[in-house]
Amino acid sequence: MDLNDTPEQAQFRAQVRAWLEEHKSEAPGRERLDNDDAINARRRWQGKLAEGGLAGVTWPKEFGGQGLGPIEQVIVNQEIGAAGVPGILDVIGLGMMGPALIAHGTDEQKSRYLGPLLHGDEVWCQLFSEPAAGSDLAAVQTRAVQQDDGTWKLSGQKVWTTYAQFASFGMLLARTDADVPKHKGLTMFVVPMDAEGITVRGLRQISGEAEFNEVFFDDVTLDADAVVGSVGGGWGTALTVLMFERLTIGLGGESFGYNADRFTQAIAQDAHATKDPDVRQRLGEINTELLALRFQSYRVLSALSQGAIPGPEAGLAKVTTVKGAIDAGELIADVLGPDALAEDSEWAYMISFLPGLKSAGGTEEILRNTIGERVLGLPPEPRLDKGVPFSELRSIEKQGAAA
Amino acid sequence: MNLELTDEQVALREAAQGALTRVADLEVLRSALEGGARPENWDLVAEQGWAGLLVSEANGGVGLSLFDAQLILIEAGKVLASHELLGHLPATVALDAASYAGTADYAEGTKRAAFLPVIPPSDLEPSWTTQPRGGSAPAPAPTLNADGTVSGDVAWVIDAPGADLLAGVAVDGSGAAKTVAIETGASGVSVEGPVLRYDSSRLLGHVSLTNAPATVLEGADPQRAWYVAQALLAAESYGAVETALTVSVEYAKERFTFGRQIGSYQAVKHALVEILRQRENAYAVLLYSGYSYEDKPEEFAVAASAARTAAGHAFDYAARTQIATHGGIGATWEHDAPLYFRRSQLSRRLLGGIGASTDRVAGELLAAAAA
Ligand SMILES: Cc1cc2nc3c(=O)[nH]c(=O)nc-3n(C[C@H](O)[C@H](O)[C@H](O)COP(=O)(O)OP(=O)(O)OC[C@H]3O[C@@H](n4cnc5c(N)ncnc54)[C@H](O)[C@@H]3O)c2cc1C
Repeated sequence: MDLNDTPEQAQFRAQVRAWLEEHKSEAPGRERLDNDDAINARRRWQGKLAEGGLAGVTWPKEFGGQGLGPIEQVIVNQEIGAAGVPGILDVIGLGMMGPALIAHGTDEQKSRYLGPLLHGDEVWCQLFSEPAAGSDLAAVQTRAVQQDDGTWKLSGQKVWTTYAQFASFGMLLARTDADVPKHKGLTMFVVPMDAEGITVRGLRQISGEAEFNEVFFDDVTLDADAVVGSVGGGWGTALTVLMFERLTIGLGGESFGYNADRFTQAIAQDAHATKDPDVRQRLGEINTELLALRFQSYRVLSALSQGAIPGPEAGLAKVTTVKGAIDAGELIADVLGPDALAEDSEWAYMISFLPGLKSAGGTEEILRNTIGERVLGLPPEPRLDKGVPFSELRSIEKQGAAA
Repeated sequence: MNLELTDEQVALREAAQGALTRVADLEVLRSALEGGARPENWDLVAEQGWAGLLVSEANGGVGLSLFDAQLILIEAGKVLASHELLGHLPATVALDAASYAGTADYAEGTKRAAFLPVIPPSDLEPSWTTQPRGGSAPAPAPTLNADGTVSGDVAWVIDAPGADLLAGVAVDGSGAAKTVAIETGASGVSVEGPVLRYDSSRLLGHVSLTNAPATVLEGADPQRAWYVAQALLAAESYGAVETALTVSVEYAKERFTFGRQIGSYQAVKHALVEILRQRENAYAVLLYSGYSYEDKPEEFAVAASAARTAAGHAFDYAARTQIATHGGIGATWEHDAPLYFRRSQLSRRLLGGIGASTDRVAGELLAAAAA
């Protein structure tokens, strides 16, 4: 068992630390991303990080990355955290969309999109969920119809799209054939967010802020080369994105700031609470889970560096992250009292964010279904949509509701 | 970074699996609950070389890591094997640190030691204490008298009956904690037991010391053995969780109701995934305890306490869920699930209990935050 850096890793860490030491005065603060100035400052900072080799660590060199492993990525995350500067802005783009493009995109797509994505010049969003397709993602209804000249016409609606308000591109899952079973008639597209016919409308969240959006597509024209992967092969591309999403979330709990040290620090401010047996039991339970999460992520890294690919069990880390943070928010607010719920309090923000995070990136119930079936090998539930053409599903659903 | 088991560890685990499966017999545990003899496996422990796992080679042991010992406890926990390692191994850590004269006998297993579970002070409780025989008020730690003898009572000592030596903390006149070794053959030592309590695989006794001759184990860190005991009990509990999950998943695939396998119902499926989640968390902190024992001693207290808490909760949950998944037969004497349940019920209340280990996780981290 070895958690120490190898000599090469130690050297890499020293290099990263030296770079941060030299450039940290250029870093913006960690304020909320609710105005253009703040966002632009973070874009520029991402560009700097990319130039310094601190963004796209695991990306292949030919696409501007460092061609290093997940452990080096974590070293960078740790050093960025220790330097007290913000990390990259476009977590969705770098963690999920870029890798999916690398896996499924054409050479033209890779050379057009990856560079500006990496440098923060063009931010990406994930246009998957719809009002009637979240957990049941393959039920998307947004239609893309190919025209005689090879271009596509896109119409429909996406929802809960994080950062669509300042994204340049989105990766969009659309239905291109409704006469085959639902997983088969899907295609993935790159959508320029400034195309004519796109409307982005901010959706406010529990905190009152609007970090996610509704996005409407009204006969938007997409070029023939906007398809990622094959026509009709969109589900495979979507699964790649979801795999990278698991990895991003599974290794990222601590970078959300959900860690034992921060929560303990908050309780430690209250001398009375530090001696209250009930508070201590709750804090001990929460910290046990968060410490487990830290070592869980080391395990994942250790397995990845031996060549494993992230499996569905990474979803358990998401469940624990959300549970630990929810419990911590409850405890901290119980100790601090109503002031913890002041609108500008960091705890109010966290408390408001977590109920949504329980659904984002796969709801807890869906994760438990998937893990139960894929990891434990338990039988799936009977389902009504298997093998049925998408166009006939509605009437089956109606019969189900009437029965 | 490498958290995979080494080839040696895989071999150690497989050997343990083979050896323990030979001796584990749940039928004997059931009959021991009704007055039959508790299965004794010390010969096996000695034969496998486990008695000296945590004793350095210089003192006649095999000098393996805490995590290696945890791997063996995991295998023992899986099959509810009875063993005397929970008492013996922490005691040998203290003997080894002081190079106690007879350590080699204990490392070879020709003699057996038991650890006296005297609880280290915390940020709330400044004194060394012991778990009371009954109730919740802490009992005093044994005292190291001016003449070098030790007096005091220690209740619920794992593996004390039949042990040749007891090792644990006694507090001297100045309030300092000293680790002492007491040969049980000496005058002034009485061990009440075996005390059978709910789990017939567990050997328990109450120790009473009256001016018992003792040797101070200079060089032994008084706290370390306590946390070794926590980390080992955590490993044993984790092992039982593995079995409870495997058995429950198998049953959930075989049992049909309303024309479906019960494992296809979300209420059942999600509960089994919850065992998996807690099991994975427990394994992660077990790794942390093993790692910190070697490489980050200042974090060992929090890591071992977290391991105890995580594995203890996982075991509680798994033992109850195993029964629930099996429905009526799960609650039947002849089924194995009740034996796992009995083990979990007693385990969570030994060595200070899970509540105390959870409190210690909080206390250690609060102290670090204040520093
Ligand atoms: C903060 C936030 C950010 C997000 N960002 C994005 C983004 O950038 N891009 C994007 O595409 N999407 C995004 N989403 C959407 C997210 O992926 C969906 O909300 C999620 O997949 C759940 O889908 P749904 O909202 O349609 O809920 P539903 O699928 O309707 O689920 C409703 C409830 O039913 C339960 N349920 C559904 N099916 C089952 C089943 N088979 N078994 C048991 N229970 C079931 C669910 O667990 C849930 O409790 C975001 C969501 C949030 C909250």
